[in-house]
Amino acid sequence: MHSPTSTIVLLLAVFGASTVEMVEALTIVVAAGVSRGWRSALEGAAAAALVLGVLVAVVGVPLIRYIPLDALRVVVGALLLVLGLSWLRKAILRSSGHKDPHDEDKIYAETVAELSETGAESGTPGQGRVHPGRDGVAFVVAFKGVFLEGTEVVLIVISLGAAQHRLGLAALAAAAALVVVAVVGLLVSRQLSEVPENTIKTAVGIMLTSFGIFWVGEGAGVNWPGSDLAIPVLVGFFLAVTLAYTALMRSKLPVPAPEGSPAA
Amino acid sequence: MTELVVRGVKAFGRFWWDFLIGDTPELALATGIIVALAFLISGDRVVGVILLPLLAAAFLLVSTLRGRRRAPGR
Repeated sequence: MHSPTSTIVLLLAVFGASTVEMVEALTIVVAAGVSRGWRSALEGAAAAALVLGVLVAVVGVPLIRYIPLDALRVVVGALLLVLGLSWLRKAILRSSGHKDPHDEDKIYAETVAELSETGAESGTPGQGRVHPGRDGVAFVVAFKGVFLEGTEVVLIVISLGAAQHRLGLAALAAAAALVVVAVVGLLVSRQLSEVPENTIKTAVGIMLTSFGIFWVGEGAGVNWPGSDLAIPVLVGFFLAVTLAYTALMRSKLPVPAPEGSPAA
Repeated sequence: MTELVVRGVKAFGRFWWDFLIGDTPELALATGIIVALAFLISGDRVVGVILLPLLAAAFLLVSTLRGRRRAPGR
């Protein structure tokens, strides 16, 4: 029996992670669509989404059926812990100014320039070639973009879904995020640079780390007080840790050298 | 065909290497230590419940400090 709290955290974690990754994928799909033609870019994106969906079913279902739950939870917990801690680290470094923020506009401009060069090589200087029919480059670029960004989502869906035996629910949350980002992307026909990616990434990192610690403990035989209710407590703990570390890291930013000094 | 399989296996291995180790091997090590410790102290509920999250937070601090921007020349 699952508590409503763990269900909510599961849904939020999967939806948030999928949103972040799909926003990044959308940038590449839009760049491919604008510079090479929409038809192939959309086909590439749809094909990748289909392959990712098949992966969830092919890997996730046997995991639930054949692997003992405790062993599954330790492995899944460890995976989520690595992923969650690395997302949190990146988010803290970004929000404290130690790492440049993820810039969708910059990535979009770079991808369009790259694809336009490919077009110029094949005959149309400067602008690339917008193909009315099928274009292999647009298909491959969009497929790779969605597939690579989506792989982490697949891992999160399988991990969170399998460990709680709710693969369908986790897959549904990921699909909902994909649909929301795709619809918004189609409506505005451009990359979504206003989405607060780092904030979502921080929230998801906190949830993945909390789930990771919880399941590693559960799988190893640690009895959490209140069972599933320990998850929101862990979320609160890692939120406090993240805020404290962000403040600490801001205080550790190097002071810029004064103008005119030899280092400047 | 063999070349295709080798390329696929290499790509699969590279994905997992980047995913688990990448440029933050300390986080993979931290996870290994946390998992091992979870089994060692699983009988002691209080220690496990307090120690595991604290350990994760400590390793996160170490890794974050390792990734900070440093002043030029330091």
